[in-house]
Amino acid sequence: MIKELIEGLGVTLKWMFRDPVTIQYPEVKRTVHERFRGRHVLHRHDSGLERCIGCALCAAACPSQAIYVVPAENSNEARYSPGERYAQVYEINLLRCIFCGFCEEACPVDAITLEHDYELSSYDRRSMIYTKDMLIEPVPAGGADTPQHRYAPPPQEMPSPSYHRGRVESPPPGGVITSWVERE
Amino acid sequence: MWIDLLIAIIKSVVIIALLLIGFAYMTYIERKVVAHMQSRIGPNRAGPLGLLQPLADGIKLLFKEDIVPARADRVVYWLAPTLSVVPAIITFAVIPIGAPITLFGRTIPLQLADINVALLYVLAASSLAVYGVVLAGWSSNNKFSLLGGLRASAQLISYELALGLSVIGVVMLAGSLSLADIVAAQRSLPYIVLQPIGFLIFGICAVAETKRAPFDLPEAEQELVAGFHTEYSGMKFTLFYMAEYIAMITMSAMTVTLFLGGWHGPFLSELLGPVWFSLKVLFLLFVFVWIRASWPRVRYDRLMGFGWKVLLPLGLLNVFLTAVGIVLMG
Repeated sequence: MIKELIEGLGVTLKWMFRDPVTIQYPEVKRTVHERFRGRHVLHRHDSGLERCIGCALCAAACPSQAIYVVPAENSNEARYSPGERYAQVYEINLLRCIFCGFCEEACPVDAITLEHDYELSSYDRRSMIYTKDMLIEPVPAGGADTPQHRYAPPPQEMPSPSYHRGRVESPPPGGVITSWVERE
Repeated sequence: MWIDLLIAIIKSVVIIALLLIGFAYMTYIERKVVAHMQSRIGPNRAGPLGLLQPLADGIKLLFKEDIVPARADRVVYWLAPTLSVVPAIITFAVIPIGAPITLFGRTIPLQLADINVALLYVLAASSLAVYGVVLAGWSSNNKFSLLGGLRASAQLISYELALGLSVIGVVMLAGSLSLADIVAAQRSLPYIVLQPIGFLIFGICAVAETKRAPFDLPEAEQELVAGFHTEYSGMKFTLFYMAEYIAMITMSAMTVTLFLGGWHGPFLSELLGPVWFSLKVLFLLFVFVWIRASWPRVRYDRLMGFGWKVLLPLGLLNVFLTAVGIVLMG
């Protein structure tokens, strides 16, 4: 019994000199895995045109019916996306969303992906419905905001399929916290 | 005459202030040390490294509602926290914390009172602490409090016997009950070398006397909510905590005085007496916390069995061995 008691003291003393596992959350954020499924982002082409063509396949694939899409026709005077149509209304109810990623699999033009933002909370349910302007990524450098006054770009400008799979450049860290990210 | 009185008052104020600061920062040290032993960080929000945490806690507790349960015995309920703090503080009066210093031609011992029966006084004062706990448990009109109080009284009485026995070896070696004499006798060799069994028994009993883990049955939160101080809130609750932590400090100081050579140190002992003394006390306080972070609570019947069937005979054996040793060595 004495031996075990002393061993117990040794264990606690050993742990006292190790770094705590605590992550000081609001100041220090835990890094997520590359393939972590957080809040959705709607992507743009380099020209600033929206990738989404308003087909609503994501809404059809969504198991919890969290996505609401209202498509509208593009025109040369007001062009939003390279295709015939674009999403006039694009809303995701993040209270319904189960972050399964079916929408990004269903999307034929890789317009929607689940990204790393996991700080999703609000004081009321209403503000958990994210609209298109909250989901869409900012206009890339050299591009212009939509609607653009231009003809439909040639089909070559369509993205290579599954470009977001290229995000995975290294294997996931394997469940071990290897580094902390300072708050920006 | 007047100057002696003034010196005594100054010393008392200093001792009480040091004990209160010690209490405040002992809570901080305990939280920090236990946190790191459990791979956590501990308080770090109030001030740099959380150093203002005791202050924040104190302010919070001051503003808490002071609750007296219905049908509680009000007078006793008010008296109990005081009764547990006062013995913890007054025990410190006889502990020498350094060599006598000379100021303005007067020799001032760094000790409030060098009484010739200091050790008896310490045992008596620490026994008084049980009244605070028992009365708190009884007056709260709450079954958890009552059970905590009962446990406390049984535990403290059982371990006091072994505590008393364990210091007899020291008294036999030093030939005096005065703590100043006991410290002086340890000038060359601390008594832990001559009295290892006594030190062990004293240490275990000190943990039990201060109701600390693994002997914290009077306030075993898994069974008794908070034991005897379940119903207390605000400053009265703080007083119980104060009593516990000051008792820890006092018990550590007693262990240092009796077994670890008091304020004597390897070098500059006369000058750095208080420093050596504080370092030793701090180490023992760390051990208190370390034990709390490491060991599970003892079952109640085993606690009583251990006290009566192991520590008490061991204490008697220690007295016997010491006596034989003194006779043989001369």
